Amino acid sequence: MSLLSTRGLRGFYGDFQALFDIDVTVEEGETVAIIGANGAGKTTFLRAVAGALACDPAMVEFDGHAIGGLPAHEVVRRGITMVPEGRRLFPSLTVEENLTLGAYSGRPGAWSLARVYGLFPALAELRRLPSTALSGGQQQMAAIGRALMSNPRLLLCDELSLGLAPIVIRDIYACLGAIAAEGTSLVIVEQDINRALDASARFYCFQEGRVALAAPCRGFDRAAITGAYFGL
Amino acid sequence: MDWLNILIQGGLLGGLYALFAIGLALSFGIMRLVNIAHGDFIVLSAYIALWAIQATGISTLASLVIVVPLMFAFGYALQRGLLNFTLSGGLLSPLLVTFGISVIIQNVLLQVFGADIRRLHAGAIETASVAFGGIAVGAYPLLVFAVAVIAIAGLQFLFYRTTLGRAFRATSDDAGTAELLGIDNRHLYAMAMAIAMVFTALAGVLMAIRTTFDPAAGPIRLIFAFEAVIIGGLGSLWGMLLGGMVLGIAQAVGAALSPTWQILAGHIAFLIVLVIRPSGLFPHTRD
Repeated sequence: MSLLSTRGLRGFYGDFQALFDIDVTVEEGETVAIIGANGAGKTTFLRAVAGALACDPAMVEFDGHAIGGLPAHEVVRRGITMVPEGRRLFPSLTVEENLTLGAYSGRPGAWSLARVYGLFPALAELRRLPSTALSGGQQQMAAIGRALMSNPRLLLCDELSLGLAPIVIRDIYACLGAIAAEGTSLVIVEQDINRALDASARFYCFQEGRVALAAPCRGFDRAAITGAYFGL
Repeated sequence: MDWLNILIQGGLLGGLYALFAIGLALSFGIMRLVNIAHGDFIVLSAYIALWAIQATGISTLASLVIVVPLMFAFGYALQRGLLNFTLSGGLLSPLLVTFGISVIIQNVLLQVFGADIRRLHAGAIETASVAFGGIAVGAYPLLVFAVAVIAIAGLQFLFYRTTLGRAFRATSDDAGTAELLGIDNRHLYAMAMAIAMVFTALAGVLMAIRTTFDPAAGPIRLIFAFEAVIIGGLGSLWGMLLGGMVLGIAQAVGAALSPTWQILAGHIAFLIVLVIRPSGLFPHTRD
């Protein structure tokens, strides 16, 4: 049984349909990439899984339970946490308060402040600063650390590389590898195709709200990906 | 009456105004809800105390044991059952709904308790005084001021030292992201209103010992609360106390000049602060 499976997942913004019958599975401990152009429905898909977008219960199954349409805070309690696009740290809170808030759901697990600081040593020195004082890369680390504090079984990462320098992106993806090595499943949404494929075992390419291509990452023909990406 | 005495009396009155302000500031600060019925909730608390005293014969201050939990529960239910549904409609929907609640409360109070002007009595403490140098300060205003200081210190502790407080601040920043981290905003908002009502209940009972009230006494309390919050600066806890004191002192100075000037002088001080520092004396809000 897969950890996460969506079956015929549809998502709407008002009357506008953003997702059409999406079937995606993620196994326990697996890292899966979702790639696609702007507006392909990648973020919408993550929001539907995370409970931030309404859908039918049976459309999202997690650990054997239908969780589609559950409120986001309930989904977190079950073990799915999202690192939102653009980091979205709380500006009124210090770095450490942001991290601590990640543990609000009270899910038991291995992650603690000490372990997050172990993964991102730079944050330990900045713990007392307001989150607005951090650089983009540090903010992204704090956002990932905050999500880890909820001890997720499945971590949804939305556009981690957005607006960051290549060297910083490399560091952050190295940390993702360490997180995956702990047995946490990951869904990585990226526009940077190479970055996403290098970090993942399988990928789904979205195009206009549909899955255009799904395949293992290793040895896959990049020309076919380009075709699916642009709808050629 | 010498001026030092006026400053002290006015400053102590500011403690009561700060208590008026807390509930209003909490609901606006955390959920951007402008609560037009706030003054009526203060008066409602006073009437619940009146009812509790008449029904059980307990003392006025002891009635807080009944009024505070009742208002806590009322606040939670009101937010969860009604006001949460208005929040998606921008600033205007909660404003209109609470305006409606204000009208309802005033008329229900009129129906149940009649139009008589009421007062609660707290016994000897009302007339007791403490001498500081050559100035006699009323023990009761001093008590109310102390309660205000303790209330604000307690809020400071809540906001900066507890999980619930951090969740309040996070939700105030970005409710959508807070939800993605496991915070149930509907429950959190209900808790915010419930806690706001605790301070509203406190303000209502303490007010009713100091001044008279009737079913229509709410709106002027709402205005005092607004003025204290705005003078102090939105989002600043201790600014509320200072805002209340500025308002109280202005009223005391006005009253000393001529009894008819008391309320007007407060409004004028408020307008002066708005003109000179539109964001208040201690602005702290981010959006």
